Amino acid sequence: MDNESTAVVFEDFSFKYDAQSEPTLKNINLTVRRGEKIILAGPSGCGKSTLANCINGLVPFSYKGEMTGSVRIFGRQTSEMSIAELSRYVGTVLQDSDNQFIGLTVGEDISFAMENDCVDQDTMKARALNAAGEVGVADHILYSPQELSGGQKQRVSIAGVLVDEVPILLFDEPLANLDPATGKSAMVLIEKIRREKNAAVIIIEHRLEDALYCGADRIVLMNDGRITADLPPNEMLCSSYLNINRIREPLYITALKYAGVELKPEMKVSSVREIELCGEDKAKVVRWMESVPAPEKKPERETIVSLRNVSFTYATGKKALSDVSLDIKKGEMLSLVGKNGAGKSTLAKVICGFEDSTEGSILISGRDASEMSIKERAMHIGYVMQNPNSMLSKTMIADEVAWGLIARGMSKEQASKRSEEMLKVCGLYEYRNWPVGALSYGQKKRVTIASILVYDPEMIILDEPTAGQDLGHYTEIMEFLKDVNSRGVTILMITHDMHLMLEYCERSVVLLDGRIIADDKPENILTDRDIIEKAALKETSLYELAIKCGIDDAGGFVGTFINDDRRKRGHE
Amino acid sequence: MNNFFNYIDRPSPVHSLTGATKLTCLVLWTFAAMTTFDTRYLGFLIVLGIIAFAVSKIRFSDIRGTLLFTMGFMMLSAIMLFIFSPEHGVEIYGTRNVICDLPGKYALTKEQLFYQLNVILKYFASMPVVILFVSTTQPSEFAASLNRIGISYRIAYSVSIALRYIPDITKEYREISKANQARGIEMDSRKISLMSRLKNAAAIIFPLIMSSMDRIEIIANAMELRRFGEKPKRTWYSARPFRAGDYICMLLCACLLGITVILIKINGSRYYNPFV
Repeated sequence: MDNESTAVVFEDFSFKYDAQSEPTLKNINLTVRRGEKIILAGPSGCGKSTLANCINGLVPFSYKGEMTGSVRIFGRQTSEMSIAELSRYVGTVLQDSDNQFIGLTVGEDISFAMENDCVDQDTMKARALNAAGEVGVADHILYSPQELSGGQKQRVSIAGVLVDEVPILLFDEPLANLDPATGKSAMVLIEKIRREKNAAVIIIEHRLEDALYCGADRIVLMNDGRITADLPPNEMLCSSYLNINRIREPLYITALKYAGVELKPEMKVSSVREIELCGEDKAKVVRWMESVPAPEKKPERETIVSLRNVSFTYATGKKALSDVSLDIKKGEMLSLVGKNGAGKSTLAKVICGFEDSTEGSILISGRDASEMSIKERAMHIGYVMQNPNSMLSKTMIADEVAWGLIARGMSKEQASKRSEEMLKVCGLYEYRNWPVGALSYGQKKRVTIASILVYDPEMIILDEPTAGQDLGHYTEIMEFLKDVNSRGVTILMITHDMHLMLEYCERSVVLLDGRIIADDKPENILTDRDIIEKAALKETSLYELAIKCGIDDAGGFVGTFINDDRRKRGHE
Repeated sequence: MNNFFNYIDRPSPVHSLTGATKLTCLVLWTFAAMTTFDTRYLGFLIVLGIIAFAVSKIRFSDIRGTLLFTMGFMMLSAIMLFIFSPEHGVEIYGTRNVICDLPGKYALTKEQLFYQLNVILKYFASMPVVILFVSTTQPSEFAASLNRIGISYRIAYSVSIALRYIPDITKEYREISKANQARGIEMDSRKISLMSRLKNAAAIIFPLIMSSMDRIEIIANAMELRRFGEKPKRTWYSARPFRAGDYICMLLCACLLGITVILIKINGSRYYNPFV
């Protein structure tokens, strides 16, 4: 039964949105105590965000629907409270740190809740400064949101709920918009707050390995509106629940499984630093490394895009690229990585001609790009924006794909014939007469890619193709891209996702402050401490596993994993 | 233009006034200038405006863009005024001194010229305070100021948030438009007809509206989760207390409006008539 330490209790709880025919949450039973940290994971659309909204009161007060069963916060039914009252118990940090930044300065944003409580100005300023200190942004109290990085904005949001001294903290995908290193420090901060405030912490996140960085008490898995598993991390990682529910397990766990090591909860498997491997297990890992054959070397191919000493300065005077030289070969699949603001997107825009480089030269298929218009360059290099919704303008899928062709002067018949062929290639033919709105995110992404591929470009550039996607959508998008790549199209991806680098790229280019600081195989980059630190990447857990097993050639070990993983997934 | 507020951070006596004071002064001053047609008084307001400018340390170069835009707009409206009501001055002042005849029903009269001169003077008399307000008021103080002069804080906040997200939305529009241009959707006005340009722009606006709706939903949730709208009142982090200077300025501007009223009494109308 409820007592003082029981923060959240769901009992036989179901919820159906008014606009929907099926319930989104079905028969939920869940208890979270003060001081506990739970990670709530599940594929997109499984109901985890709705569950969070039931705790902070957006359901049922902002999003109406039918509820059965009960949700209690410290023993009180949420339906008998209000959002404002609940917000004194539950602090919510949303995924989108830009749009939840309401104030125009750090201090003002942290104080937003206090302003609404009519706190007098002196008390407010003192409390805001104090909260800013707790999350490490006290020096930035007068900064505007434009002057902050994504990680700092998130810290401000956290400070904004800390001023209320809330006993329950809710984080909606805190890692989604952060680079790997910033994500790591966000998890450290969350753990520090949990310990100091003895708060109940609920983290919605499908990047399990990163979310587990500071440990957790339980992992709760959801699928199709139900809780399918609720176990401590050690037990969860040894079970088959993650695979069943399409949640990515940590890489070192996959590697140990490939090596044939039998995992047991008592080996402390939830942390690569603490995992206990016996001599036999280590020997298995070493034997596995030796047994995997090296992949065949691909023959050297022709260069399709060549940048020589390219620099770019924005009209505001901010230098975004300096002295970038890069050769991209035909048929490559490569990634462009680095911190936010390192110049990744600018580089892509300069290649596509959205921005004109200030110095240096760009050759596209041997032609000087400065003589080519955006439209001409697009015949060679297609650009796919991060959010497919920004690129979809037509109601019907077939029209969307044919649109660009018609705009380029092709006849309607020819354009629709060509776009139908493309839809077949992209596995979208059966949806050709569907409205765009009826598609899933992954399918929409495929439509936007199809509408670029239809011009038959030699290369496509994708901005964060998989950001915020669960494993299912990630795999769908990436396998599709791999297929496109195997038809000879060069693919350049801007990404923060180290799994993507490891699983699909043969080459990674690392940018820092507008300069290329590394251009190498991903396994070499993700085991190079110096580059990892400079570019705010995170060292892969495989690296630590290699050291644990006494393997000196960590890069080679990661390479082994990549080869074996690609082979095994290829056979699936 | 990146932002509605073109705040220029250069400490001066005008900057140190609270936003609420400046907003009140803006309202009083523009009322005074817009109501009167007394040329002498308008001249006085222009001189006063220039003095205020000098005090604020805003340089001509800071506001050149805004100034040129306003001048252009003023020229256009002066021409339109003449085209649509060429005899308005005659109606007001009751005399008709023709300078020269123009084609059609048009004629250039001294009265019309004098009337239009007054209209232009009105712009010059009110423009400085508007520019001063937007370039010396911190954007974060704007909502607080609106609230202070009696506008509901819910409305005040909505206005300030809307102003704030305009630059984000323009940026997004540009990005979408570039990506579509790359697909061959031409947006250059020199290359395609106005009609197809409008059609192509509409195709960009659709996804833009969708994304703005999502944004609004997130902001609304974020605000509600932090108790916005719970109480009838709220306090402001960025509000500043009134000082002597604030009261003096507001009083001064109230006097300016007072003078306008007195002049209407003396002149017998809003117009100063040199023709009788």
